[in-house]
Amino acid sequence: MIPGSFDYHRPSSIGDAIGLMSSLGDDAMIVAGGHSLIPMMKLRMALPEHLVDLQDVQSLKSISIENSQITLGAMVTQAELITSEELHEICPLLREAALQIADPQVRYVGTIGGNVANGDPANDMPAIMQTLNASFTLVGPNGERSVAARDFYQGAYYTTREDGEILSSIHLDAPTSGHGSAYEKQKRKIGDYATAAAAVVLTLSGGTCATASIGLTNLSETPLWAEEAASILVGSSLDRETIKAAAAAAKAITNPAEDGRGPIEFRKHVAGIMVERAIAKAHSRAR
Amino acid sequence: MSDIDVKMTINGQEIEAKADPRTLLIHFLREDQNLTGAHIGCDTSHCGACTVDIDGKSVKSCTVFVGQANGSDITTIEGIAHPDGTLHAIQEAFRQNHGLQCGFCTPGMITRAYRLLQENPTPTETEIRYGISGNLCRCTGYQNIVKSIMAASRELSLKEAAE
Ligand SMILES: Cc1cc2nc3c(=O)[nH]c(=O)nc-3n(C[C@H](O)[C@H](O)[C@H](O)COP(=O)(O)OP(=O)(O)OC[C@H]3O[C@@H](n4cnc5c(N)ncnc54)[C@H](O)[C@@H]3O)c2cc1C
Ligand code: FES
Ligand code: FES
Repeated sequence: MIPGSFDYHRPSSIGDAIGLMSSLGDDAMIVAGGHSLIPMMKLRMALPEHLVDLQDVQSLKSISIENSQITLGAMVTQAELITSEELHEICPLLREAALQIADPQVRYVGTIGGNVANGDPANDMPAIMQTLNASFTLVGPNGERSVAARDFYQGAYYTTREDGEILSSIHLDAPTSGHGSAYEKQKRKIGDYATAAAAVVLTLSGGTCATASIGLTNLSETPLWAEEAASILVGSSLDRETIKAAAAAAKAITNPAEDGRGPIEFRKHVAGIMVERAIAKAHSRAR
Repeated sequence: MSDIDVKMTINGQEIEAKADPRTLLIHFLREDQNLTGAHIGCDTSHCGACTVDIDGKSVKSCTVFVGQANGSDITTIEGIAHPDGTLHAIQEAFRQNHGLQCGFCTPGMITRAYRLLQENPTPTETEIRYGISGNLCRCTGYQNIVKSIMAASRELSLKEAAE
């Protein structure tokens, strides 16, 4: 399959990239790792006239951690997220989720920025970012703004990012030390997108759940932050009954499509199980 | 749409060429550079038959535009054997352990194993299975591929120890 024709650009600074994106207009697209975009271009579902490759923009490539504040440059690859020990130390959910994305080859080149900017509800990182309450920095001709991951997604492949804006970095506070987290993803085989997946971060205080956050992947047009389900956990001892009630509340907000991964009822059913397992695992990891 | 000039090192040799930006790296390697070792199995980024090593990473070359690879250092299956033509330990291990049947996936498997063993010289069986999870084989059932990579790992470690 040969993609449509385009002109290729490789700016070396974020300023040049923004300039190119605004002068080339609607027909230009960013290419990061290309592992979502190029398959779409082969299918002619994406037909950019210009590709602006960010690989030479060094300022987008670093992981920085100050106290418990984490900044991930948009061009950090999934493989780099996985190998960062410092990051794993304070926020193990990121490695756990990244390891469940695709396969080694895809993870060497697929970027965190591309994964969250893409807007495909099947991408895993958006729900992780909602669970962790991350925010995205967008830069464009009119300057810089920050959008919460929980407000970024509006529909399948439809986000609040304007044409011409570049997602430059992701910011989050590491969950408090002693927290427990887990990402449970049901897939048909390695490299597949989720039938259903759930992320959980929680903290304990004297045996009861003090805080909780739950995110869901590929169960609607957008990632889902299951606020009500998480609130059911808070104040409980995370007993069987409470976990069941939270899973039911999470299931209630899902709206999966029927596809090769199964009929709607099945995918909702799996969603409930993923939520239960993720809560139990996060609980077992919390101190 | 204008052609671009590309320059890269492929199997130790510097090359320069003009290319249409929409050329996929796998097509550039096979059709322009006559390096037909890397195969096109699926053309949908799933099978790993097109795997090449770019700047120390295993990459599916059916999912890279030639311009993205401009300036990089590429190793394909043609560059894995020693300059004198003797097989690399991984190739020899595939031969000794019946690590291939039709051979279609083999260039991708070996190129991937090459990078895996540099990152993790003594992988467990499970680590090998996860490490090659981006490479599909329709023939072997993977058993002998895993065995071959294990054998190559032992061979390379012995060599290392001897040096
Ligand atoms: C076989 C296979 C299996 C996969 N399995 C999974 C999986 O299980 N889970 C999963 O989450 N993903 C999966 N993926 C997708 C993969 O993780 C992609 O790499 C990722 O979704 C996109 O990252 P990228 O860097 O490749 O982005 P690209 O493909 O380059 O870009 C994706 C989109 O985002 C836009 N974009 C990229 N970067 C920016 C930026 N900085 N600012 C603004 N816009 C930007 C592009 O214009 C494009 O529209 C799979 C891919 C393959 C090929
Ligand atoms: S041909 Fe590239 S992954 Fe199959
Ligand atoms: S040996 Fe035939 S596909 Fe692997």
